[in-house]
Amino acid sequence: MDKFLVSHPPHIHASRTTASLMRDVIIALLPATAVAVVFYGWSMLLVLAVSIVSCVLLEWAICKWLMKRPFDCPEAAGVTGLLLALNLPYTTPWWVVLIGAVFAIGVAKMTFGGLGQNVFNPAIAARVFLLISFPAYMTHWEIPQGLFGADAVTGSTVLSLVSENGTAAIDSLAEMGWHPLFAYVGGSAGEISILALLAGFAYLLLRRVVKIWIPLAIFVTVAAISGIFHAIDPVTYTGPVFNLLSGGLVLGACFMATDYVTSPMSVPGGLIFGFGIGLLVMLIRYFGAYPEGTSFAILFMNMTVPLLDRWFHQPKFGRD
Amino acid sequence: MRKLTFPMGGVHPDDTKYARDCAIEVLPLPPVVYVSVSQHLGAPAVPCVAVGDKVKAGQVVAEPGGFISAYVHSPVSGTVKSIGPRKDIAGRPVTHIEIVVEGDEWAEGIDLSPELVPEIPTDRAAVLEKIKAAGVVGLGGATFPTHVKLNPPPESKAECLIIDGAECEPYLTSDYRIMVERPDEIVVGAAIMQMVLGGCRAVLAVEDNKPEAIEALRASVARLGYANMEVAPLKCKYPQGSEKQLIDAVLGRQTKPGALPISVGAVVQNAGTALAVYEAVQKNKPLVTNVLTVTGDCLSGEKMHNYLFRAGMTLSYIAEYAGGVPADAAKIVSGGPMMGKPIANLDAATVKGSPAILYLSEEATRRGKEGPCIRCGRCADACPMGLEPFLLNRLAKAGDIEALKENEVLNCIECGCCLYSCPAYIPLLDRIRTAKVLAKKR
Ligand code: SF4
Ligand code: SF4
Repeated sequence: MDKFLVSHPPHIHASRTTASLMRDVIIALLPATAVAVVFYGWSMLLVLAVSIVSCVLLEWAICKWLMKRPFDCPEAAGVTGLLLALNLPYTTPWWVVLIGAVFAIGVAKMTFGGLGQNVFNPAIAARVFLLISFPAYMTHWEIPQGLFGADAVTGSTVLSLVSENGTAAIDSLAEMGWHPLFAYVGGSAGEISILALLAGFAYLLLRRVVKIWIPLAIFVTVAAISGIFHAIDPVTYTGPVFNLLSGGLVLGACFMATDYVTSPMSVPGGLIFGFGIGLLVMLIRYFGAYPEGTSFAILFMNMTVPLLDRWFHQPKFGRD
Repeated sequence: MRKLTFPMGGVHPDDTKYARDCAIEVLPLPPVVYVSVSQHLGAPAVPCVAVGDKVKAGQVVAEPGGFISAYVHSPVSGTVKSIGPRKDIAGRPVTHIEIVVEGDEWAEGIDLSPELVPEIPTDRAAVLEKIKAAGVVGLGGATFPTHVKLNPPPESKAECLIIDGAECEPYLTSDYRIMVERPDEIVVGAAIMQMVLGGCRAVLAVEDNKPEAIEALRASVARLGYANMEVAPLKCKYPQGSEKQLIDAVLGRQTKPGALPISVGAVVQNAGTALAVYEAVQKNKPLVTNVLTVTGDCLSGEKMHNYLFRAGMTLSYIAEYAGGVPADAAKIVSGGPMMGKPIANLDAATVKGSPAILYLSEEATRRGKEGPCIRCGRCADACPMGLEPFLLNRLAKAGDIEALKENEVLNCIECGCCLYSCPAYIPLLDRIRTAKVLAKKR
């Protein structure tokens, strides 16, 4: 008998593992990544490669030499690398990407204790760090060389145009061929196609990797606030469609605000978290100094997660 | 009709009920049986035979050792050879009565004929006495003495008897087989318990992955025509067979923590128990036989069986008869893969409630290396009690008993959904189990 295993039940396991969940996130980001590569060409590939490779290698090195413990989940580091790349303009120089990766893994993730322990979403933290440290690289964009082969034209992102010139800028951008659903906004690479992002998010929902509550709360809040302001003063304030579809909102709401580690565990906590992000995004966009607020909003709300987790629990059986 | 299920948590493991089409076979008698005095929840029974005594099948060999205890009967006819400690499936010593089998002679008054006796007796006290005398215990897992459960305190009123035919554990098919093969007897058993409980409503709850059982029971209820009885198909979800979840599914009522089912007007009895009640009351037959599934992912089809066994046959005897332990079995479980007990000792004797011999391969039962909690919330989503296993795990590691109690660790029903779901393979339930023991001590 001693060759048989004797251990407590349950004796079987749902075949989902941390690695398989992270692989699903990577799969979900592939459509947006593919569109970015097609449109932005080789420079996009370079940003992706530098970001992913340095995130994974760095975490491996820190685990091995500094923390002296197993490198639990390379896939998770890969997700951070991929998200960081998609949060940068494709024109970002490789060394800036590298600094971003070092900040994401080295500072935002591993100093907190590594996988599962970090307070801030590493990719967002790194993006904000780069935004503050290298504003020129982060808000600068060029009409890409990708499939269009047009001459590079330098300019600003659509949101910074709007914050400088008011909603009138939207018309001129529309004339430049910008379409919200297949957004051609410059800005961060991952924002280029809302459709690709939503397709990826639908995959995550279908595979039950994430739940819809947080993004839903963000979208509803953003739509409601911009709807009200736009109705009151359509010249100064952009409307809901524009606000939902532009900037990093979809990318941030669907893929960054839903990060397990840095979002609340309970449904009510998640709704408040999403509401907070939506509110902050709109405050920053309408009244703030920065044209784009999704990253700041998520980063700020990350800090509220321990409190939201303490205050909100799921309902318990027999206690209503 | 809208299908019922419990609303909170739960998981959907593959049903893997490979043995579903294996009709019940009667196991031949072994040369010797070992009858445990601890086949039920509560105090062990006290042997009332001596070495050398001749016994008949169905004769009492041990008497209740307390209020919550049960009679134990000999499953065979023969001679008592020894009385003493023998290892149970966990390897713990328990008093067993060893009986050498001689012939197959049953005690006086036991009706072994297959004829159905559908007339429901009306003397409540006499029926309860018969159930007690027959040593009937709950066969859904808890082995709680049935006569105690059917006799709730007079101030509480039973509104609904729920017959648990959910069999929500993967692999297990013994309840399914009796529901398909012996639906009439189960229905009569249910009607008897209905009478004992004062004529309350009765619901036979079966998961919808067993349409044949639902059909068979429905036809039988229609044919026998007892009042106030229905069959309710349930939407498949584990742990539907757990008492609290089943009541919630059928009645939409949640028992308060620590409260008994009767507090919400419910009494739950398993389908196998209903059959045992039928045999006890209508046939005078004590509970000495039951159906057990031999199955597993590493067994080929023809080696899977549903056996009618006698409580006291050793597991190894049954395993040998079924064709031996498969070479690639890594773990042997008594029961289903979610809550079944690991078998440390295959020489152990079966008891009244032995549910199955389940062989799991290394692949089916492998647990990955524990990783860090990624706060995915899957454990909390899966918990049918609304607990937060990730939090309990953290508190258990920190040894914070007060906080564990505040977070209702004692409400954990040990269903295993959390550990089953955790992508980081954190041994949540293992730690919660230990924490429960500590919290109970305080
Ligand atoms: S074992 Fe306990 S904590 Fe885990 S899911 Fe079941 S009831 Fe919840
Ligand atoms: S399922 Fe596991 S990894 Fe996910 S929150 Fe629960 S304990 Fe953490």
